Amino acid sequence: MFKKILIANRGEIALRIIRACKEMNIRTVAVFSDADEESLHVKSADEAVNIGPSLSRKSYLNKDKIIQAAKNTGAEAIHPGYGFLSESDSFAGACSDNNIIFIGPPKDALAMAGNKSEARKVLIRLGIPVIPGSDDLVSSPEEAATIAKKVGYPVIIKASRGGGGRGMRIAHNAKDLTEVFSIASGEAGATFGNPDIYIEKYIIKPRHIEIQILGDQYGNYVYLGERECSIQKRYQKLIEESPSPCIDKDLREKMGTAAIKVARAVGYSNAGTIEFLLDGNRNYYFMEVNARLQVEHPVTELVTGIDLVWQQIRIAAGEKLPFTQKNITQRGWAIECRINAADPDDNFMPCPGVIEELTLPDGPGVRVDTHIYRNYEVSPFYDSLIGKLIVLGEDRNMAIRRMQRALSEFRVEGIKVTVPFHAKVLQDKNFISGDIDTHFIDKFETAK
Amino acid sequence: MDAKTYMITSPLMGTFYRSPSPEASPCVEVGQKVNTSDVVCVIESMKIFTELRAAQAGTVKRILVENEGLVMKNQELIEIEIG
Repeated sequence: MFKKILIANRGEIALRIIRACKEMNIRTVAVFSDADEESLHVKSADEAVNIGPSLSRKSYLNKDKIIQAAKNTGAEAIHPGYGFLSESDSFAGACSDNNIIFIGPPKDALAMAGNKSEARKVLIRLGIPVIPGSDDLVSSPEEAATIAKKVGYPVIIKASRGGGGRGMRIAHNAKDLTEVFSIASGEAGATFGNPDIYIEKYIIKPRHIEIQILGDQYGNYVYLGERECSIQKRYQKLIEESPSPCIDKDLREKMGTAAIKVARAVGYSNAGTIEFLLDGNRNYYFMEVNARLQVEHPVTELVTGIDLVWQQIRIAAGEKLPFTQKNITQRGWAIECRINAADPDDNFMPCPGVIEELTLPDGPGVRVDTHIYRNYEVSPFYDSLIGKLIVLGEDRNMAIRRMQRALSEFRVEGIKVTVPFHAKVLQDKNFISGDIDTHFIDKFETAK
Repeated sequence: MDAKTYMITSPLMGTFYRSPSPEASPCVEVGQKVNTSDVVCVIESMKIFTELRAAQAGTVKRILVENEGLVMKNQELIEIEIG
């Protein structure tokens, strides 16, 4: 096992990883930017190295500085957390060039996961359902019309360089399509410097369902059930739960098996997530591989009792998975609310600033992963996620009540946070009944 | 100093960028003419990018902040001479 690990991240996830290392008797090296000098992850680690100015590009994304910090401190492995360099195949490559173990999938699997059109082609060959659409870029409105007719309207047109919901247009019929095609292509050129677009079937009432997998370096895989992540705003997840109210044992098994097939096809090892869209008729379609630990991993940990960060470290150190699929069980219901420094009354505008007062929820079935403390200054340089509130209940109803109770205990003063927003969603009758899809927040906000 | 001017101020705390991406050239330079709703700079806060636009046509008179500088809410950024 490793004696020392460097954590190439910040905030709550850096703390989360440091905690696992402490439990495993592994020494830790934190890295930090100028803005994060007073951060908890710096104080909690055994050693800390300043890697540069506040802008991510000059610190947390600076591969050379991070590799150098690992070499200088004698860290044998680097855990990248999520975001930043976690899905960079060139960073994984740089680690191995310097005899440092990257705690994540192999470089080639990262590259494959990152190349969406290539991954799609491989998976079609394997018979994994993907959203029907153009396999390649579409260059003319005529070509678009042919594809749309084949997959059936409505269709969605996406900029190949887009993402996060930008550069997308929906066409409900052939007349729409001609209009939307030229607009979308023009927009893609202006916004992303590349007019390439592709087209796919628009899924009505889609749910975002993802499967957590673990794979060791010897081809052994397990799936740890699903996470329901349909509560999103601008493609950013806000609430996640496990299990999902719409997945039964049969569908879980099918999707789990498909997820492992995807992982095996790209040569994946370590922890990963396979994202699917589920339509109103419970057909699932592969979306993408998230080749890292996810923000919402705690809901899976709570229902399976498996510590994902422990497993990531053990896998990276060359250990075999200590369990097989038949040992994996799910108990109870877990829900996570993301606590962001954002103003829900002002279209979720970022809200950096000083935390003047803070009371964190506690008590039975409550887990809080956060790096904030009283008088901590939330800086504008990084993501607005300042904490995660996760609860476990015997069933969904109990988990909802527990989350309502925990939210009522959560008090932050000095900056605006998403706590009151979550409290309202957790009271919503559609949410309570489990009738949710990725348009939930839009409808919820319109109804207000 | 008789000409009328107005200030572009930051709507929130964040990083001031003179261009929309590190490779791109600055949105505006001192002395440059701008039209109403031209983008004059970008503020990044918590990975959200907000484009700030000219409220009225005019000429850029002064740029008060260095590129990539940290700015506070309501801080004055760019002065524009109307006309």
